[in-house]
Amino acid sequence: MNIGDAAITAVFGYAVVFAGLLMLMAVLYCMGAFFKSKEAKSADEKSKNPVQTETKPEPAIEKPVAKGSAGRIKLYDVPDKEAAMIMAIVADTMKKPINELHFISIKEVK
Amino acid sequence: MDILETLKTLASESGFAGFLSIDGIKNLVMILISFFLLYLGIKRKFEPLLLVGIAFGCLLVNVSNFFSGGESSAEALYHPELWDAFLDHNSEFYHSYGHIMANGGLLDILYIGVKSGLYPSLIFLGVGAMTDFGPLLANPKSLLLGAAAQMGVFLAFFGAVCLGFTGEEAASIGIIGGADGPTAIFLTTRLAPHLLGPIAIAAYSYMALIPMIQPRLMNLLTTEKERKVVMTQNRTVSKTEKIIFPIVVAVFVILLLPSTAPLIGCLMLGNLWKECGVTERLSDTVQNALMNIVTVFLGISVGATTVGSRFLNWQTVGIIILGLTAFCFSTVGGLLVGKLMYKLSGGKINPLIGSAGVSAVPMAARVSQIEGQKANPKNFLLMHAMGPNVAGVIGSAIAAGFLLAVFK
Repeated sequence: MNIGDAAITAVFGYAVVFAGLLMLMAVLYCMGAFFKSKEAKSADEKSKNPVQTETKPEPAIEKPVAKGSAGRIKLYDVPDKEAAMIMAIVADTMKKPINELHFISIKEVK
Repeated sequence: MDILETLKTLASESGFAGFLSIDGIKNLVMILISFFLLYLGIKRKFEPLLLVGIAFGCLLVNVSNFFSGGESSAEALYHPELWDAFLDHNSEFYHSYGHIMANGGLLDILYIGVKSGLYPSLIFLGVGAMTDFGPLLANPKSLLLGAAAQMGVFLAFFGAVCLGFTGEEAASIGIIGGADGPTAIFLTTRLAPHLLGPIAIAAYSYMALIPMIQPRLMNLLTTEKERKVVMTQNRTVSKTEKIIFPIVVAVFVILLLPSTAPLIGCLMLGNLWKECGVTERLSDTVQNALMNIVTVFLGISVGATTVGSRFLNWQTVGIIILGLTAFCFSTVGGLLVGKLMYKLSGGKINPLIGSAGVSAVPMAARVSQIEGQKANPKNFLLMHAMGPNVAGVIGSAIAAGFLLAVFK
């Protein structure tokens, strides 16, 4: 292969890579636009027709407390995982085993 | 029993007798190189999963060449002359895997997986199952950076032709700039199998050196102001989009360049298994068990091609230099288009993500993140850089497909 042919092949090859990925980009934009419009439509429909179903509140079933448990804890805007972490941190800071502590409630201060 | 005669026979048949031959010295040098590669892999942690295997394959094949009869000895683990006959159009054993199976050593048989393109494709299956294309879907402009970062491939190709390499050899050398080991191996086994050893070693070594090579170029080509740009968070991509993506890419790219079918097909199949949510077992297998098994075979059989008599020549030195050039120019290409996008977007795109367009996933993206955070501690570029990074995988497969279409 001579140098001239190599130069043409190199430029053409780089152009093919760009062209291929540009076309793929166009396809992905179309796909993205379709899904975005679909999402917007379903969000619109939800806001226009809020689901109105009358559901009777289910009677709270008192689950039995586990053996050795220090009782129940009330959580206000705190997910279970975070509550568990907070309890672990408190126990660690106080150098007390967690089963000797009684947490009554955890509330997120906003 | 004549003890003296027996000792003479043992001495002449032992590998140590071969030390003094010309090829024996070359094998000794290769054994020393294998020790150095083992040091890089184990102590310096340079792509250890592959480099340790390659280095040990190199050690085994060069030790086995000290047996009486050298490369053609029945005990040798790898027989280059069998592969010469396999590639020779005039040979009765042209493309005869049966001949290899019947007469080859252990490493010849393992090498069949490299020669047939099986291992690189299976590695791509695992890579697909491990890759999240979400950042690319959220920002399809990343594809431009992936394309730009193939600049080194074509510049090194041109440079190699200027240095006297054939078109096929130049194409195989250029693909080192794609920073994608399996693609480099796949292309080289098809176009210039005799250069597989140096090309694979150069590709994996430079990939391991990304954290040292790229930051200098990034600092050289970007200003402090550009590096400080904080990019806004990408949109969330739905599960359905992620499922449709591999199907669309497979159809589109394979139709565009049919020669990319083994690589892109496997990459996208692996990704579909990951995203579709009903084939978790398969996704887990290709990501872990299969990937590890193929890595074992790939490393050792690539190492087997580094026979002293064929590896130690000026071509290898040329490949090492051209490979580094390819790699640097690919980084430069990505950064330059990154800078262009910075200007066009009114300063919303950090050009550092351009260097991640070379497809070494996820190391190149990590380098963008580290450099971005050095300039501005509030900068989190990792997910933005993952877009060009995975685009680079597709880009280098397209570049390989093009070169294969031209030279095959």
